[in-house]
Amino acid sequence: MFSLEGLTTATQDWLLIKFNPTIALAMECVIVILLSITLFALLGLVLVLMERKVAARIQIRLGPNRVGPGGIFQTAADTLKLIMKEGLTPDHADKFLFNLAPFVVMMVAMLLLAPIAFAKNFQIWDINIGVLYISAISSLSVIGILMAGWASNNKYSLLGAMRSGAQIVSYELSAGFAVLTIVVLTGSLQISEIVAAQENGWWLFKGHIPVIIAFVLYIIAVTAETNRAPFDLAEAESELTAGFHTEYSGMKFALFFLAEYINIFIVCAIGATLFLGGWMPFHIGHWEGFNHIMDYIPSSIWFMGKTFFLIFIIMWFRWTFPRLRVDQLLNLEWKYLLPISLFNLLLVTIVAIMGWHF
Amino acid sequence: MTNEKIKEYISTYAPNVIYDETGEWLNLILEATEWQKLASVIKEPPIQMDFLFCLTCVDWKTHLTMVYHLSSTKHRQNIVIKVNLAIDQPIINTVSAIWRTAEFHEREVFEMFGVDFINHPDLRKLILEDDFKGYPLRKDFEDPINMIKL
Amino acid sequence: MYNQTEIIKDTTALGPEGELVINMGPQHPATHGVLHLVVTLNGETIKKIEPHLGYIHRSIEKMCESLTYRQFIYVTSRMDYLSSHINNTACALLIEKGMQIEVPERAQYVRVILNELTRIASHELWIGAMAMDLGAFTPFFYAFREREMITDIMEDTCGARLTMNYIVPGGLMYDIHPEFQNKVKAFIKQFKEKVVEYEDLVTNNVIFQSRTVGVGILSAQDAISFGCTGPVARASGVRCDIRKIAPYDVYDKVEFDEVIETAGDSFARYMVRIKEMNQSIRIIEQLIDSIPEGEFVGKTKNVLKLPKGEFYQRVETARGEFGVYIVSEGGTTPHRIKFRSPGFSNLSALSHMAEGSKIGDLMATMGTLDLVIPDIDR
Repeated sequence: MFSLEGLTTATQDWLLIKFNPTIALAMECVIVILLSITLFALLGLVLVLMERKVAARIQIRLGPNRVGPGGIFQTAADTLKLIMKEGLTPDHADKFLFNLAPFVVMMVAMLLLAPIAFAKNFQIWDINIGVLYISAISSLSVIGILMAGWASNNKYSLLGAMRSGAQIVSYELSAGFAVLTIVVLTGSLQISEIVAAQENGWWLFKGHIPVIIAFVLYIIAVTAETNRAPFDLAEAESELTAGFHTEYSGMKFALFFLAEYINIFIVCAIGATLFLGGWMPFHIGHWEGFNHIMDYIPSSIWFMGKTFFLIFIIMWFRWTFPRLRVDQLLNLEWKYLLPISLFNLLLVTIVAIMGWHF
Repeated sequence: MTNEKIKEYISTYAPNVIYDETGEWLNLILEATEWQKLASVIKEPPIQMDFLFCLTCVDWKTHLTMVYHLSSTKHRQNIVIKVNLAIDQPIINTVSAIWRTAEFHEREVFEMFGVDFINHPDLRKLILEDDFKGYPLRKDFEDPINMIKL
Repeated sequence: MYNQTEIIKDTTALGPEGELVINMGPQHPATHGVLHLVVTLNGETIKKIEPHLGYIHRSIEKMCESLTYRQFIYVTSRMDYLSSHINNTACALLIEKGMQIEVPERAQYVRVILNELTRIASHELWIGAMAMDLGAFTPFFYAFREREMITDIMEDTCGARLTMNYIVPGGLMYDIHPEFQNKVKAFIKQFKEKVVEYEDLVTNNVIFQSRTVGVGILSAQDAISFGCTGPVARASGVRCDIRKIAPYDVYDKVEFDEVIETAGDSFARYMVRIKEMNQSIRIIEQLIDSIPEGEFVGKTKNVLKLPKGEFYQRVETARGEFGVYIVSEGGTTPHRIKFRSPGFSNLSALSHMAEGSKIGDLMATMGTLDLVIPDIDR
């Protein structure tokens, strides 16, 4: 059976035979960096194309269909165009921060990749506080956005950045509490253990009501956290032209754009890991034959399939809903989502203490 | 409410008004000094001309005429008020406090015809640039660059 | 009007008490044209809105003073480009009234049908644009699907899709296309099926409702005082439909309801327009099968001369009351012509409606005013 696990183990063994452990580690780092950069570039191209195709389908259009078969090279052509463009820095802008901001946003997105389990035993860093690490790092992206908004010396950018700050900081709470629900049930912060706990059934389908609530909360909160419609107030096109990245052009704009999609991928990957079993195949009770067939599908495909399904849901939101207003956005979080999250956490804690979960 | 009744009612407040019924609607021609007082009278019941649907000015080369088209949303009656102004120093009271739509319309007339509205809250150019010279809708306006001449 | 240096100065300086002055427009996605609003903000809250106009001012009124009565109609298509048929109708009606020209029944029927189709097309575009202001992109494409059918009908009828110039003093420029009736009926059928989708996608959407209900409230008294007309005033409960007050063409022969809502908020304005489209369909249905045979244009002289005097014609465009005021000296060109544009008066109420609300509300309010900038600037 095809497995990424064999590939990684073989590589590591070979490196350890050929070099001393320190150099081998350094080389592994280089390989990981190259791989993640490649993954980023690929994800950017695929997700943007997917977004445009999904949007087109929803909007009774065809979408890109000229460059390459079915328009699959459209995003590559767009990227080429953006690379060619001049990266302007406006007068009176804080040049250092202005140019740094897209990289901060990008770096945060890259760091988040570390604890994600892409396939069975295929993980960059199986840190024992994986979930905590993710919550901690994902909050950093707001710094990049605030930096971009403030350094642009543009009032629209500033308003966008302020909105984004308020939004990400508040929705982080709900997302965090939703994640904690699973942590309480699993009893571990480690991603691999959370996945392993779902061997006999994905958390979402095990029938725990708090988990279902947490899943809904998680999807809402991460849609807001990634600044996607209906929570795209930070870049509300009709209100603030483009919000915090109004002044960016060329590749610097592309980095923001890319980071947005990478963030979507990451939050969906985490969602898939926590609620949909990560790379675990779909099993139904005692249907041995069915389960066996499911096992033949590689774990990486399971993981990607689940992640892209969640991404599709988030894209579906974007092309269906209008945007919320800023006060409604904060009301939704502080008056509805947060109390529900807290109550949900209480509920799941009781379930865990009483040992009612399975 | 018939035209006769309107005339009768207005005459008690402004006896010097000239009436003209040749057109589609009743026309009232009055002096600039009377306008402010009369405006607040006809806005209120019983005439209740509460809807100012058109405010403009006409350049007759010898004088300017302010034209107010008023309508009553209650009686469905229209009247036209005309006020003649001297062309060299056109001054009239604003009615923007009575019909608020007049604020924008008067600003337009101000820049296009050069009519000065007394007590207007914000009499600035609305459409033209701040440093625009001349009053484009007057008959004697000439712009040699854009070849505008009547 | 701000000159260049002032705009730059404005964007870098904070006002007193931490006020933020932003220039919304002339190039801004939500102003749908070159409207320039100088918005004073306190955080997200709007303190003051000052419209600056004139970026597309072509001085049509001055232009018309040197155009003949046959020529000036074509300029009016360029004012409110979404209701060009209705603008043309207004001018034609005024000249017909002034010169006592008999208009054949056929022409009157076709005019009313075209006017109502124009109204539907305009409202369709408005739904799309407004939903886009609120951040929903999809309704735009749904609305354009139906609008496309109308523009196709227009193209068949008069060769143009936006600035039609089809209505002339005395009737119509040409006879209608032989397929006209069938195509209109096909459109009515499709429209009735698809309008349900708007209800699902937009009207019943929770977020849409929370964005529009209670936003940008305009009382009936203020609506009258600000000279608001059309759906804006009718949403505040003011009866102001010129088709009812002073019917023209064959509007007095058809049955339709004047749509009135009383809430006066953005959602009421939205509902008025949706219901108005249905009323327009009702009008077209009554007329489409009974277009009388005969001439499509009355007998007119080649050179039109309005008698000395003053003429005023009011019509109901998609945005409200459109008025043409002509002062004639008896010649072939008007002495003074004034277009009373609905958008100009509706815009004057914007500041009153949006002050104290959030930036997002400004979009909802401005979106439902349905501003067409060339109509405001003229």
